[in-house]
Amino acid sequence: MFDPDSPLIVTNGVPSVYGNFNRHLFMNLSRREFLRILGFAGAAGLLPGLASATGASSDLYDFGRFGDIRLLHITDTHAQLMPIYYREPSMNLGLGQAFGRPPHLVTEAFLKYYGITPGTPLAHAFTAINYAEAAQRFGKVGGFAHLKTLVDRMRGDFGSDKTLLLDGGDTWQGSGTAFWNRGMDMVEACNLLGVDVMTGHWEFTYLEEEVRKNLAAFKGDFVAQNIKTKEVAMFEGAQAYDENTGHTFRPYVMKTLGKHRVAVVGQAFPYTPIANPSRFIPDWTFGINSSDMQALVDNIRAKEKPDAVVLISHNGMDVDVKLASVVSGIDVIFGGHTHDGVAQPFVVKNAKGRTLVTNAGSNGKFLGVIDLKLGDGGVKEFRYKLLPVFANELPEHQGMQALVNKIRAPYLEKLQMPLATAGSLLYRRGNFDGPFDQIICDALRQRNDAQISLSPGFRWGTTILPGQTITMEHVLDQTCMTYPETYARDMTGQQIKDILEDVADNLFNLDPFYQQGGDMVRTGGLSYRIDPTATMGKRIDNMRLEDGKPVEASKQYRVAGWATVGSKSPGEPVWDTVAAYLKDKKTVEIKKLHTPELKNVGSNPGIDLS
Amino acid sequence: MGISRRNFCKTVAGSAASVAVLAMMPGNLMAKWSDKAFTANDLAAAIAAKYGSLPIEDSTAIEIKAPEIAENGAFVPVTVSSTIPGVTSISIFTPANFSPLVASFDVLPRMKPDVSLRIRMAKTANLVVIAQAGGKLYRVTREVKVTIGGCGG
Repeated sequence: MFDPDSPLIVTNGVPSVYGNFNRHLFMNLSRREFLRILGFAGAAGLLPGLASATGASSDLYDFGRFGDIRLLHITDTHAQLMPIYYREPSMNLGLGQAFGRPPHLVTEAFLKYYGITPGTPLAHAFTAINYAEAAQRFGKVGGFAHLKTLVDRMRGDFGSDKTLLLDGGDTWQGSGTAFWNRGMDMVEACNLLGVDVMTGHWEFTYLEEEVRKNLAAFKGDFVAQNIKTKEVAMFEGAQAYDENTGHTFRPYVMKTLGKHRVAVVGQAFPYTPIANPSRFIPDWTFGINSSDMQALVDNIRAKEKPDAVVLISHNGMDVDVKLASVVSGIDVIFGGHTHDGVAQPFVVKNAKGRTLVTNAGSNGKFLGVIDLKLGDGGVKEFRYKLLPVFANELPEHQGMQALVNKIRAPYLEKLQMPLATAGSLLYRRGNFDGPFDQIICDALRQRNDAQISLSPGFRWGTTILPGQTITMEHVLDQTCMTYPETYARDMTGQQIKDILEDVADNLFNLDPFYQQGGDMVRTGGLSYRIDPTATMGKRIDNMRLEDGKPVEASKQYRVAGWATVGSKSPGEPVWDTVAAYLKDKKTVEIKKLHTPELKNVGSNPGIDLS
Repeated sequence: MGISRRNFCKTVAGSAASVAVLAMMPGNLMAKWSDKAFTANDLAAAIAAKYGSLPIEDSTAIEIKAPEIAENGAFVPVTVSSTIPGVTSISIFTPANFSPLVASFDVLPRMKPDVSLRIRMAKTANLVVIAQAGGKLYRVTREVKVTIGGCGG
């Protein structure tokens, strides 16, 4: 464990660790990193324009090696087997203690915090600055064949027997192919990629028997300390990994790397049965369960005498930062869920030491790499990089590309079906709205003849550049899930306000343990004002229809939406709604985002409206 | 599958506290004793009706295990335990109820102060737990959120 008594020094906004961590290493690294990236950009001629950077790519991925073990981390790949574009947010508000703290930094504020030079590939990977232009220059990111090349290289450079590949989950959902194969295609891809340990969230939007079938085919270990089989269900014969503790799955697994032993604990998304339908997995109960986590970590430390304890978590970054402060004994939390590309671990102090908290982005865009020096039952020093997977810089792995092609072949015609042309940049991620959500909201209203539409603030969904053809695959990237059915029904103004308030509290509650990690529900035909700093029930006002008329509490409105959690909706899958709408349109251009009027967030470094 | 041995043992063990509590509540006598506390209509009055005017201090030695956000408001599992020596009573209140006292447990000398119950919650509310030890009351508060859910991820 980290030494609790060594002071935590914050230099230039970047937490740096003294004492048992090697201060020089940490400081020099970022400087060296800086030089490397400059070299990369300069040598390749990438600053002035698009050029082949093949000769220089070795710089970006030349990690060297350090310490005793290397842990690799992917998370929230959302079944994106092919390279894609993914724009990081320009609105990711942090309030209270999270104000200006990772991951609530966007664009220039992000670059400044981490000392990343504007205009470089790293600046593009981590921020939305000049997105469309930079994306054309640096190309697509991710793709399992490119990711596989990078993973193999990171393992080979270090010595494969001393490395692990961890997957934080949200792997089996997010593409048409994953939906049609009920996640099994992603199990095959992860087996070939070499995932050693994983946990989950959207995995549980398949049926329990499908989850179990997929896990039986998965060659790695699936871990989750916070999923338990309900007692009543166990009474009826439901399965559990451990009937005494109620754990549905193995809570942790011990891995031997060279002469070191590492405990890998799992934390699934704690609010799965609330944020997603519980009807698919009725026998399981979730939760953050922080006191169980402490007991488990204490038990592992006493019983297994590990050299390190790490957690793969689907809590979301803010929840992980709080968890790291109330639970001690975890060396590193490899986080996901909130899709934050966080350049360096955030260091959290707790009762007995300190814990590093990372978050490794989404959609296969990044690979987290940490090298750890171990000794005396704990981590002594670390070196971390969140590597962007630039598809142009990493050749395809032949075997993986063959598998991906095989998975896609039966569906290729449907996936590649052209629907319309993007007249402007289309993406989803952002606290309040994204242009692609606006398309979904417009499509829902038009096809259902509704005054208002609502669309969930998911954080998955890829980005489409201006001029690109929008294909069915893009629509599925934004919508594909196991409860896509649409609805149109009457709701009172009060009911609509209650929904907005409820979701706003999930996003902006000052206590991260009460947050669910999504973004604000998107609205069509409805504008409103929000004060994120207010308390539950008091954030939203000034709700108006498209024609400017105020929404009245007791009046009924026709509302269309999709992805209902409580019970299955009667309408067509939302991808059919959106595809039909796009075909009619031919070219779609979103000139202005429907961002609500914001109150009390003026100087927040998590906002860039430029 | 029938009842597993584990379940049988756990069910029996789990009942110990409630059986003990029930055994202490023989009919009319009990109703009289708890009447005022269970019908008081604000938190302070309910605490006073149950415990009189004993001094109250906030404590970190009482643990409430409950979901931060309930999966099902109709069925919220709550476990309360304490490491305060000599606890004789544990009561659970919620100010959101018309009658805030939800449940009260008498803890006998050889019982572990560790009780579990399921409560029903219509909306987000605080749980206030009071434990009595000696002539003092100890308090801990915890919010349980009940949401509409479904727009995250």
